[in-house]
Amino acid sequence: MQVEKQFKPKIVAFCCNWCSYAGADLAGSSRLSYPADVKIIRVPCSCRVNPLFILRAFERGADGVILCGCHPGDCHYSTGNYYTRRRMTMLFSMLDYLGVEKGRTRVEWVSAAEGVKFSTVMNNFVAKIYELGENVKLGDLRCKK
Amino acid sequence: MQEIEKTLRSRCAELINNGTCDKVIAWDRGEFFYDNSPATFACADCAQKLVYDCFCGANLSKYLIQYAKEGKTAVLLKPCDTYSFNQLLTEHRISRENIYVIGVGCDGMVDIDKIRAMGIKGITAVKEDGEDLVVSTLYGEKTVKKADCLLEKCVSCKSKKHYVFDELIPEADGEDVKENGRFDMVEKLEAMTAEERFEFWQEQLSKCIRCNACRNACPACTCRKCVFDNPHSGVASKANADSFEEKMFHIVRAFHVAGRCTDCGECSRVCPQNIPLHLLNRKFIKEINEFYGEYQAGETADQRGPLVNYTTEDAEPTAVSDRGDN
Amino acid sequence: MQRIGVFVCWCGSNIAATVDVERVAQVMKNEPGVVFSTDYQYMCSEAGQAIIRNAIAEHKLTGIVVCSCSPRMHEATFRKTAQRAGLNPYMVEIANIREQCSWIHKDKEEGTEKAIVLARAALAKVMLNAPLIAGQSSVTKRALVIGGGIAGIQSALDIADAGYEVDIVEKEPTIGGKMSKLDKTFPTLDCSACILTPKMVDAAQNEKITLYTYSEVEEVKGFVGNFNVKIRRKARYVKEDVCTGCGACMQKCPSKKGLNEFNLGLNKRTAIYIPFAQAIPNVAVIDATQCIKIKNNKCGLCDTVCAAKAIDYNQQDEFIEREYGAIVMATGFNPIKLDKFNEYSYAECPDVITSLELERIMNAAGPTGGKLVKMSNGEHPHDITFIQCVGSRDISGRGKCYCSKICCMYTAKHAMLIRDKYPDVNVHVFYIDVRTPGKNFDEFYRRAVEEYSVDYIKGQVGKVYPEGDHLVVQGVDMLANEQIIHKTDMVVLATAIEPDPTARKIASMLTASIDTNDFITEAHPKLRPVESPTAGIFLSGVCQGPKDIPETVAQAGAAAVKVLGLLSKDKLVTNPCVSQSNELLCNGCSMCQNVCPYGAIGYEDKLINDHGIRETRRVAVVNEALCQGCGACTVTCPSGAMDLKGFTNKQIMAEVDAICK
Repeated sequence: MQVEKQFKPKIVAFCCNWCSYAGADLAGSSRLSYPADVKIIRVPCSCRVNPLFILRAFERGADGVILCGCHPGDCHYSTGNYYTRRRMTMLFSMLDYLGVEKGRTRVEWVSAAEGVKFSTVMNNFVAKIYELGENVKLGDLRCKK
Repeated sequence: MQEIEKTLRSRCAELINNGTCDKVIAWDRGEFFYDNSPATFACADCAQKLVYDCFCGANLSKYLIQYAKEGKTAVLLKPCDTYSFNQLLTEHRISRENIYVIGVGCDGMVDIDKIRAMGIKGITAVKEDGEDLVVSTLYGEKTVKKADCLLEKCVSCKSKKHYVFDELIPEADGEDVKENGRFDMVEKLEAMTAEERFEFWQEQLSKCIRCNACRNACPACTCRKCVFDNPHSGVASKANADSFEEKMFHIVRAFHVAGRCTDCGECSRVCPQNIPLHLLNRKFIKEINEFYGEYQAGETADQRGPLVNYTTEDAEPTAVSDRGDN
Repeated sequence: MQRIGVFVCWCGSNIAATVDVERVAQVMKNEPGVVFSTDYQYMCSEAGQAIIRNAIAEHKLTGIVVCSCSPRMHEATFRKTAQRAGLNPYMVEIANIREQCSWIHKDKEEGTEKAIVLARAALAKVMLNAPLIAGQSSVTKRALVIGGGIAGIQSALDIADAGYEVDIVEKEPTIGGKMSKLDKTFPTLDCSACILTPKMVDAAQNEKITLYTYSEVEEVKGFVGNFNVKIRRKARYVKEDVCTGCGACMQKCPSKKGLNEFNLGLNKRTAIYIPFAQAIPNVAVIDATQCIKIKNNKCGLCDTVCAAKAIDYNQQDEFIEREYGAIVMATGFNPIKLDKFNEYSYAECPDVITSLELERIMNAAGPTGGKLVKMSNGEHPHDITFIQCVGSRDISGRGKCYCSKICCMYTAKHAMLIRDKYPDVNVHVFYIDVRTPGKNFDEFYRRAVEEYSVDYIKGQVGKVYPEGDHLVVQGVDMLANEQIIHKTDMVVLATAIEPDPTARKIASMLTASIDTNDFITEAHPKLRPVESPTAGIFLSGVCQGPKDIPETVAQAGAAAVKVLGLLSKDKLVTNPCVSQSNELLCNGCSMCQNVCPYGAIGYEDKLINDHGIRETRRVAVVNEALCQGCGACTVTCPSGAMDLKGFTNKQIMAEVDAICK
């Protein structure tokens, strides 16, 4: 008998140290749950996240990658997230252009005070990834069917 | 064109003789009549061998990084090549005072494959004749419209005007080409469904053999060591087996040149597999224009690129996801 | 080859309840590179730290992974532990299995699996860690206080008292802030000016304190210990060092239509003015929008009468640049604008006023000379109604979601003062709750009710409208469960307070984080309430959250102590997680320089030996004292020549790989 394997998505969340990572901690200390599929990587600033890291995550089998930083204007390093905003807009646009589902990548601005938002954002994002299912497209853009 | 070639030869010889430069970077005859290649000409007599005809598509600006380090170098640049030259100046890859720029007039370069695609076989020579091309073959002469045989990058030529030069040959400069339709194909792709686009790129990128010609010809891809060749970068290419790597290579390559790419079209021109790589770069150019205002890399030599710049009112990345699902 | 130790903390039951810590330790023991793995109830305790230290010595560990609470909590603790055992403190990685795992997941199996993945990611990273040595930076022994209200004045006085130079930048022509506008203060009812003005004078006379009034912070560069601040000194059109404050100019000035800001626009003032009698500095200022000479080049009377020759109609804004080691934000608050609360008819009816306006009306130096009168006709009121929580605790989205904290107390104060001075006036207060925690606060409120017979009505007001000479208040008495239509003479709105609008701009300049209500975020809500997460930035007064005068003064002192702790150091340890440029890979393209917010990247022509090829190349050089480690340059660099120590490309990708495995 074939047992259908339940889809457990792999989701990487890059969080900036000053706002979003602290927001995630606040979500934790406020006991605001979100699915365990989300694993957080701490970076000093959202601008530290190279598009390469995101592509790398997909290459290694991630089903969704979310990038969280301080709200524009509130970056701990003043301007980091402004560059992030442009870079990610471009990267997402390219992924969309290649026909990859747009929902697999996301940028959210979450401040250190927004534990509730962090939890909500993660719940929504995970729900979206469940909806999209396993990431097939980013795995085999080259190979012909 | 033959007239220009003659002028260029004598002028370059003169520049070497009078000490303006000690060498000229120009085009030399390749193995076949249609594959004129970049070359350096270091004496007045050698300069007599330089070639300028409708097969001089190659953008010579990139070679200055390597060959204009010492002495004074003259270079022949077509209008579209001057953008790349400026971009290299912006990035401090070349120094203006070491280089003498001869802007050469251009009315479009020819793609031999397009002539072949017309069913013309055994081609031995192609000569320009006004608006036409006279194609000599083993089976006699044929005349075709030049406009039907242009390189992709020339079909959507954005300018006949030189953005940097020390002198022009011929002296009269051209104008910007306002309606060049260079985003037509990008728009066509955008109008497709995600599935169709995915299929399109899967088809195209699956042809890639990772010969790196696109990277090597690209005047923006000038890193001393490419991350894909650097074992310490964490993304160095390994065996040509990982399906994701090619895709990542092309996305990352396009991303690395985003905001710096002048849309010179070399990547597609040199691709032996005819992958329309310029469509990746043009997508970025189009998006940059739409999101951050019209920007042409290389228009001047002191621009701050759109990806190393920002405004506090920039669009959010959701602007992409909110576009609707096609 | 790295020899890694893994230490899994139970945090009592905080982690152990939803993560099988023993299994995590067991699984990690079998990971390549791990030579020791254990679990313990409290890793951060002295006994827990001893386990780590012993293991480092015994197993010759080259790096450790601590699976515990957030690194924002105890990373520093475990780094010190490692250091005490002779390990480089940057050979420590924390797997956050409490805030980001056990506390948010209920299923133990799920929590355990996630904890293992997080531990593996931390292990993957620590395997690539390299020992880092922190550098040192100098400290400029001077502090800047932004805002010259009671918070700023108190902080500055305390800093100056300890012997350090301190500058106050105040945007208004005088220091004193909101407190200078108050009449009396709760719960002791002493006169506000009587207790504030001596402090203002102290600040002005203290030789360690420099006042920059009518000035604004224009630009802030640098970092903790080494801030460089550009201050705009707005044109006063009066030479500050020449004016004697005699006031002759004010008597002669023919332009009398400017709204008197000090009295909240309740009356008019001349174009040249001194904000109030006790203003510091006691120097006139010309309102250029009202001055006839500046506008039309006519008049010039003030210049004629000024014996000191202090008037200068051509004065321009000036900019000064100063260096500071620490900055205190004391930007204060304002009552909110009431344009979204039309139901109270504030805009239409002059007899509907805010509490702060009532302070001015009650004040002897105010627009009515301290006489309580209706602003519409100057008549004595017989019935006054206070409405509390106007825009506070608001869930409609028009006001503020938070409690403004001071309104219950000042309303009780107002009610009591009015009943005391005018026993014929009936006073009613509509409230949602009366909140009076604080020393002698509840006693104060009870006195208002019991001794002064103030009529407290639990309920909200739906509408205020004029009817003839009177006002009608429509509300609900929730205790009696009946509708109230009450005829009154004056309505006083306890308007919510919000951070001063300049706070956001200044916080941005200081890169201090700010919350959704524009209050400055503290480094820790309980344990570091007067520090911003941004090193060298301290918080004083209402800019951090609503508070009354005693609390503000206490916090101002606390902020000063933190500043002194910083200024008393000769050297600061810098963050060693800074960018570094690989000269062999650098193209010299300058893109990283474009995105660096600190100007930490320069370019040099250097002789490079690239595998035997010797040539002079233009390469990026990072100034480690300036670099703050954001990493913007690393992503901009196409060749990967720029990397960030402690967060290298390889380390982050190793974490990605471990999570996606």
